[in-house]
Amino acid sequence: MIPAAFDYVRAKSLRDALNALALKDGSKLIAGGHSLIPLMRFRLAAPTKLVDVGGLEELKGIEEKGRGARIGAATTYRELLDSPLIKERFPVMYDAVSGIADLQVRNRGTVGGGIAHADPASDMPAVMLALGATMSLRSKAGKRSVAAAEFFTGPFVTAMADDEMLIDIIVPPLPRGAGSAYVSFEQQASGYALAAVAAVIGKSRKTVNHASVAITGVSESGAYLMASAALLIGTNADSAALDAASAGATEGITVNSDIHAPADYRAHLARVAARRAIALASSRA
Amino acid sequence: MATLFGSGIKRREDPRLITGTGLFTDDVKLPGLTYAVFLRSPYAHAKITKIDVSAAKSAPCVVAVFTGADVKDKLIPVPCAWNIPGSDLKIPAHPLLAYDKVRYAGDGVALVIGETRAAARDAIDLIDVDYEPLKAVVDPEKATQAGAPLLHDEVANNIAFTWVVSGGDAEAAFRDAPVTVSQRIVQQRLLPTAMECRAAVASYNQGTGQLTLWSTSQNPHIHRFLCSVMLQMPEHKVRVISPDVGGGFGGKIAVYADEVLACYAAKMTGRPVKWTEDRSENYKVTTHGRDHVQYVEMCGTKDGTITGLRTRVYAGLGAYASTAAPGVPTILHGLMYSGAYMIPNIHGTVYGVYTTTAPVDAYRGAGRPEATYLIERLVDLFSREIGLDVVDVRRKNLIPKAKMPYTVATGITYDSGDYHTALDKALGIVNYKQFRQDQVKARQHGKFLGIGVVSYTEICGLGPSQVAGAVGFGGGLYESAIVRVYPTGVVRVYSGTRPHGQGLETTFAQIVADEFGIPIENVEIVAGDTESTPQGWGTYGSRSTAVGGSAIKLAALKVKEKAKKLAAHLLEANEADLEWKDGKFSVKGSPQQGKSFADLALMANVGWNMPAGMEPALEASSFFDPTNFVFPFGTHISIVEVEPDTGEVRLLRYVAVDDCGPHINPMIVEGQIHGGIVQGIGEALYERAVYSDDGQLVTGTLMDYAIPRASQLPQIESHYTYTPSPVNPLGVKGIGEAGTIGSAACIVSAVCDALASFGIKHIDKPLTPSRVWAAIQQAKGGVR
Repeated sequence: MIPAAFDYVRAKSLRDALNALALKDGSKLIAGGHSLIPLMRFRLAAPTKLVDVGGLEELKGIEEKGRGARIGAATTYRELLDSPLIKERFPVMYDAVSGIADLQVRNRGTVGGGIAHADPASDMPAVMLALGATMSLRSKAGKRSVAAAEFFTGPFVTAMADDEMLIDIIVPPLPRGAGSAYVSFEQQASGYALAAVAAVIGKSRKTVNHASVAITGVSESGAYLMASAALLIGTNADSAALDAASAGATEGITVNSDIHAPADYRAHLARVAARRAIALASSRA
Repeated sequence: MATLFGSGIKRREDPRLITGTGLFTDDVKLPGLTYAVFLRSPYAHAKITKIDVSAAKSAPCVVAVFTGADVKDKLIPVPCAWNIPGSDLKIPAHPLLAYDKVRYAGDGVALVIGETRAAARDAIDLIDVDYEPLKAVVDPEKATQAGAPLLHDEVANNIAFTWVVSGGDAEAAFRDAPVTVSQRIVQQRLLPTAMECRAAVASYNQGTGQLTLWSTSQNPHIHRFLCSVMLQMPEHKVRVISPDVGGGFGGKIAVYADEVLACYAAKMTGRPVKWTEDRSENYKVTTHGRDHVQYVEMCGTKDGTITGLRTRVYAGLGAYASTAAPGVPTILHGLMYSGAYMIPNIHGTVYGVYTTTAPVDAYRGAGRPEATYLIERLVDLFSREIGLDVVDVRRKNLIPKAKMPYTVATGITYDSGDYHTALDKALGIVNYKQFRQDQVKARQHGKFLGIGVVSYTEICGLGPSQVAGAVGFGGGLYESAIVRVYPTGVVRVYSGTRPHGQGLETTFAQIVADEFGIPIENVEIVAGDTESTPQGWGTYGSRSTAVGGSAIKLAALKVKEKAKKLAAHLLEANEADLEWKDGKFSVKGSPQQGKSFADLALMANVGWNMPAGMEPALEASSFFDPTNFVFPFGTHISIVEVEPDTGEVRLLRYVAVDDCGPHINPMIVEGQIHGGIVQGIGEALYERAVYSDDGQLVTGTLMDYAIPRASQLPQIESHYTYTPSPVNPLGVKGIGEAGTIGSAACIVSAVCDALASFGIKHIDKPLTPSRVWAAIQQAKGGVR
């Protein structure tokens, strides 16, 4: 469990970090280190240099932005949980983050680090998909924004180029009167999701007019938006509607199978989690 | 002074251990220290056709590199020390480093010694090995079948031994019985997961020829003996120190190639060598537990009388026979097939089987959980078959107190026990009858509640040395102590056995402080260093308090007898006229004339005025060899709720009534029971070591191997009965393993009870949500 030799620098500024990335010399960014360090200790990753951006103020903070939120990439999970804005406005994120790993990991792990790592079973990609969040990226050459749906391109792969860095996450406001929820079934050892569902349900006079549901842990290629959520639109989210929508939770998806959950069980959990998350979000709407 | 025996005082070792001021093996730092890292086979089974270490040898900061070829003629292969009699046990050579063939993923192939751990690790990647992969076999039953790949040329069908236990006439019993139930049971492989992984620091003095090994050992004297054999060094030139050890659960009993190679490397390089296992390596190579495939059956009459039990067990040994491995599924397992019951006819056949996996050896409970589990599952199945309540059937067949000591069909004699009282107490605490009514009501509301009742007994306090010899154990099983009194009246006790988390520094001190009427602060327990402590056999088989504690008690009594004679001399009184009261010997009726323990300690140590013929000083040693094992017992009851839609099991209640005789320290007893139960809950619900068909350990990290967490556990309700053992002077029985022995069966029983209405009788543990859900789907006639 000893990583290969590497250099370490602590970035003094955002520009410092972007300059380091622009060299494209095998440097990797590190903030909380809870995804990267284990990979390095297993020698599954051997970056020549770590550029520590964990201390950069530019990457910190949670603030209200047009009734939505801007979340700095180096914000820790702990800071998300401590934010009244997140707790009140985005229960789906609050619920998901409370279930991430343990206290120590939440104290150090960063939301941006987890998103950039794009583990196909991690919670935040599903939350970002359901919320329709946007990732702000920067490189020495410039900046751009990428919607969550385009950002997560595969297992451990994102739309970020080698010299790009995730700066913050822009979460749009929930549709008026919408409720949100997160339901997860965890693998007992790792705590990662066997199947977890993030749901945002908007209603107008008891009729569903917005249904954004994302699922993680199920597909090898990572979190995805559940197409059958569309079946909820125009319904009262009654039992029959919940059944119909959740029945399609893994439609068209190649479902993971491993020692913890064979594919049929995982697909079943996805349906159960979808039904429960939608029902809970709907009850909060 | 209030007696300390029976007092739940806080563990005196804890401040040290929890504030980081303990000394663990990895904390040992020596001048010129080098670091060892092993190259381990990535294949489960392969021929080695080439090893080239030249690049590694010339890498920066590399001190030495050793391969199997370098050491095979210099060191005796890793021995197996439990040569079970009456079987055809075959123990093929276990090379310290593989040179012609690797037999499991993790088998040692080369050893690099570096100036730093990182340098040694980097050099590992420079070693060029060509393997010719062979087929793997990881399942102990499949390994015996025709066409299975052979691990060792000399072991046909991979069967290391066939061992039979028989009592009564099982064949006739099954032929004549009106009711028979049978079940195939898989007792999954488990990973012991001690908090501290293994480590070794070896230092060789070229001048004196003295070797010192710091090692995470549960039994340093056994390590000294076997290291001296393997290294071909005189035993008195080998000193083994096991300092603070962070748990073992059986994984630190065995003598491994790793620490012996560290010793050899220290000798060859003239530099001290440290090897520290990390968790991934620990999971790959430190001995695993359980791994049985069992075919079991029970027969009896329709009124609930059990008349027979039969087993056929395939016990995985892994690639090589580890130190105690053959004894675990035989002596510690098969001899316990009667459990807490009168079963007149028993027949068991155990096959020890080599597979291309890490060696399997003792793991908390070692053989007895595997026995208790199969017996208790069968009692449940039998009860359901005849339509009687599981409690009524147990009560009918439990060995009554009046029959103790009781010789079971397998030939061993239980020392004592009062099983019915423990059962009734536990039933009363949970209010069993009420629960059965609540269960029906809950079921009407769509809730699936279940109750599991287990009455266990187990064999521990190992044990009479004569029996150890008779059953092929390669050592004694007595224990030892030296009690040394200093001139100021403080005491050091040198114990042959040593703790690795059990709180013995406290328990042992309580025994001694009581005997001498001195504060516990005046007693120091010294253990773990073979240089200062008398021959002992270590902590396993829940033996240290029953056997080692007794040795300490007897040594203290010898000291006290001498002190009494000295007191009589100094008081110019007859010894017979003295009484021991308030920490003093005094003449009956004139307590003001007394001699305290401190007075006598001083007078004995200065030796100014000893009785004629009495040697000065106050010191005694004792070697205690018990006349029998001890048999703790109890009843555990768990209540669970199962959510059929997801297969999730919620543990609502756990009640344990245990009997280990009198408690020296009730808090430590409770802690041992809690820890044991938690490990059994892990076994029942979460833990399973999985090898892929090609022999890769899939659950190689804690990201895939699930151990229980505090948040998943209910409050464990501990209750007791107290039945002293007649076989040791303290009357105590071991309690380190009992919790594990009873609990796995208890949980599985409760879950199967909750799902009875689906027709589910048995699900193999661990009862993960996925397995429970699959069983329900299957019972419903679903797709699975």
